[in-house]
Amino acid sequence: MASQISLLMENQPGALSRVIGLFSQRGYNIDSLSVAPTQDSTLSRLTMTTSESREVIQQILKQLYKLIDVVMVQDLKASEFISLEMALIKVSNKSEVISKIEKNYSSLEFSELDNKKEKTILRLIGDTDTLETLLVELNDDLIEVTRTGALGMTLGDVSLETEEETKVIY
Amino acid sequence: MSNEEINGGDALIRALADENIDLIFGYPGGAALHIYDAIYKQNKVQHILVRHEQAAVHAADGYARATGKPGVALVTSGPGATNAITGIATAYMDSIPVVVISGQVASHLIGSDAFQETDMLGISRPIVKHSFLVQSAEEIPVVIKKAFHIATSGRPGPVVIDVPKNMTDPNYKFEYKYPKDLVMRSFPILGKGQDEKIAAAIELFRSAKKPVIYSGGGTIQADASKELTEFSKLIGCPVTNTLMGLGAFPGNDEQFIGMLGMHGTYEANMVMSEADLIFNVGARFDDRITNNPSKFGLEAKKIHIDSDPSSIDKIIGVDLAIEGDAKIVMQQLIEQVKSTGFDQSIYKDWWSKVEAWRKAHGLNHDMLQLKNEKDIILPQQVIQSLYQTTNGDAYVTSDVGQHQMFAAQYYKFKDPRKWINSGGLGTMGFGLPSAMGVKFAFPEADVACVTGEGSIQMCIQELSTCGQYGLPIKIVNLNNRALGMVKQWQDMQYGGRYSSISYEDSLPDFVKLAESFGHVGIKVEKLSELNDAMKESFAMKDKLVFLDVLVDPDEHVYPMLEAGGSMSEMRLSKDKKTF
Ligand SMILES: Cc1ncc(C[n+]2csc(CCOP(=O)(O)OP(=O)(O)O)c2C)c(N)n1
Ligand SMILES: [Mg+2]
Repeated sequence: MASQISLLMENQPGALSRVIGLFSQRGYNIDSLSVAPTQDSTLSRLTMTTSESREVIQQILKQLYKLIDVVMVQDLKASEFISLEMALIKVSNKSEVISKIEKNYSSLEFSELDNKKEKTILRLIGDTDTLETLLVELNDDLIEVTRTGALGMTLGDVSLETEEETKVIY
Repeated sequence: MSNEEINGGDALIRALADENIDLIFGYPGGAALHIYDAIYKQNKVQHILVRHEQAAVHAADGYARATGKPGVALVTSGPGATNAITGIATAYMDSIPVVVISGQVASHLIGSDAFQETDMLGISRPIVKHSFLVQSAEEIPVVIKKAFHIATSGRPGPVVIDVPKNMTDPNYKFEYKYPKDLVMRSFPILGKGQDEKIAAAIELFRSAKKPVIYSGGGTIQADASKELTEFSKLIGCPVTNTLMGLGAFPGNDEQFIGMLGMHGTYEANMVMSEADLIFNVGARFDDRITNNPSKFGLEAKKIHIDSDPSSIDKIIGVDLAIEGDAKIVMQQLIEQVKSTGFDQSIYKDWWSKVEAWRKAHGLNHDMLQLKNEKDIILPQQVIQSLYQTTNGDAYVTSDVGQHQMFAAQYYKFKDPRKWINSGGLGTMGFGLPSAMGVKFAFPEADVACVTGEGSIQMCIQELSTCGQYGLPIKIVNLNNRALGMVKQWQDMQYGGRYSSISYEDSLPDFVKLAESFGHVGIKVEKLSELNDAMKESFAMKDKLVFLDVLVDPDEHVYPMLEAGGSMSEMRLSKDKKTF
C-alpha cells in the first residue's frame, strides 16, 4: 500500500502551491491529494499518498516541514491509522453495478444519490485499494468517476496537532 | 507618543531602516515608483543604482556573504523581477540571506496580464526560502520583519517580498508600528546538539585511525570558523574545506590539506577515500564532492552536523547525525574534548601517509619561480601573484570557470567570508557585482574580482556602477581567449572538438573598455611583468583597475575527479591519472 502523509499548513494563498511545487521540483510522485480547512480556519489539512520508497519519504517529510507555511507533518504509517476515500461514479446500468458491488465488495459503503434519472450517481466509501479494484472491474460500466483521494487519521492519542507557537523577541 | 501616519512606501523604507539596513541595491520602474519616492525623501537607507537587476541581487548577495548581515535588493515588476531571478537562484543554492523586494502591478490588475505583470511568486517559488505577496499596506512592517527573520535564521536563504503598487499608494496612510517581536507558527531553529551525540562523536574520533574533518559553507554561515579551527587543533587530524567553506580553517595552516572534490587537491581526495571517519560540519555531500555517491567513503563512519535536517541522509547515509547550529555544536564538542583530553598521537601513521600524498602530487604554491622561454603566464601564477601582493588578506570574489578553480586552489584563504563565489549555481556574471557589494561593506579592504574574459562580459555593465560610486575594485581577468572550462571538457571528453568556446577575434580591448568607463586598464602578456603590474594595480588605492592578464590558453585545471568514479580516481595532469 502507498504511504500517506498528513500535514497542517497555513490556510493562505500560495501555501498549497508550495507543497505541490516541492513534489514536482524534487521529482517526488504524488498518487492522490486532498485538502480542506480544519476546525481552525487558519489551518488547512492536506493528505497525500505516494508510492515513493522509505528513504524518499523521509526526505519528503523533512522537506515539507522546512516549508514556512507547513506547520506540522505526519507520516501516518508511523502509527496505527485509518484511511478511506470516497468516490462518486455515474452508471447507466445501475442494478448490474449494484449487484456486483454487493457480491464482491462488501467492505465498501455505497448509496444511491440520484435515482430520478436514467444515469445514476452512486457514492462509494472505502479503502483506496478496494475502490480501485472495483473501478477496474466496473470499467466498461463507468460513465464518469470522481474521487476525493485518500483521507487518513491516526488512532487514539497520536494526533496531528500544531506545536507551540514560537515567539521571537528582539 | 502616538505613532505618526505614513504611507506604505514610506513604511517599507522605514521598516528597512528599523531592521538596520542602510544600503540597498536596485533599479527603478513603474510598479516600484512609490517606493523610490520614499527613498528620495529620507537619508537612512542609501540606494545604489546598478545597471541590471541581476547585479543588484548579486551585489546584495556579496554584501551578505562578506558581512554575515542580510543583503537587500529592490526591483520593479515584470522584467525587473525576471532579471533578478538568476541572482535569487544563486543566493538560494548557497543559502545566502538576501531579501528581494519586487514591485508588482496593483492588486486589482493581478492576473489580467497587465503591463509589466509577471507572477513573481510563482516564478521564484522553487528558488526562495520563502516569499510574501503584500496583502495590505498595514502589514508591510510585519512582512519586512518576518522576511528578515526567515532569511537570516536557521539555514539562511533568499526571501522575496512582492509589493503590489497600490500597497504603497502615497495617499493611503496608516499608523506605523515596527513590531518588537514576532509570532511564528512552527518555525524551529536548531541550537544545541544532543549531549550523548556530542560524546559519541568524540568517541568515534578516539577509535578512528584515519579521520578527516570536512567543513563546508554552513560553518561560515554559522560564524563557526573559530570553533572549527579550535576543535580541529584539539583533535589534530587532517582538515579539508569545500569550495564554499574555504577560509573557515586557515588555508596556510599545515593541518589543512586543501579543498576537496571535483578540483580538490590530490591529498584531500585521497584522504576522503581512505578515511575511516568522515566528520562533516556544514557541508552537504554535494555531487561535486562525493563524485559517485555509491563509491563514496565506503570504509568510513560518518558524522554529519547540520542546521537543516533535510540535508542529513539526503545523498549519503550517516552513522551519527547531529542536528544543530554549527557554532553551538562545535562549542559543545570543544568542551567535551577539553574535559576528557585527547591524544593526537594516535594519528601519527595517518599523517605520514597524508604527507606522502602531499609530497607526491600536492599543489605547487611556488609556481612564480618557474620561468619559461616564451615568458608565457600560467593562470596559477596570476593567483599566486595576487596572493603575494595582497598578503593573502584580500576579499576575493570570482566568476565561474577555470579561473574560479585556480583561485580556490591557490589563494590560501586565511579567514572566513573572504572567498566569495557562486558554488551551488555556478553563475557566470557573479564576480563583479558581488565585489561591489563587498566593497560597499569594506571600503578600506582590498577587493579583487578574479574572472575570465567570458564571465566578466556577463555583467560588464557594472563597470559603470563602479564609476558612479567610486568603487576601486581590482578586476583580475585570467584571459585565456576561450570559455576555458568548457574547452577543458571538450579536450578531455569530446576529442578536442571545440564547439562554441571561442569568440574568434571579437574580444573587446579590455584596457580601452575600462578606460571608457573612467577606470584604469592594464594589459599584461609576459610573466616577467606580472608581479609589477599586480603591485601597481593594488597601489592605486582609489582606482578601479582592470588587469587583463593573457594566460596560457591551453592550461587545464587539475586534479580532476573522473566522472562516475570514486574520490581516488583523479586526473592529475593531461597525461597522468590515478586510475
Ligand atoms: C550563466 C552561465 N552560463 C554558462 C555557464 C557554463 N560555463 C561554466 S564555465 C564556462 C566558461 C567560462 O569562461 P571564462 O569566464 O572565460 O572562464 P575560464 O574557464 O576560461 O577561466 C561556462 C560557459 C555558467 N556556469 N554560467
Ligand atoms: Mg576564459
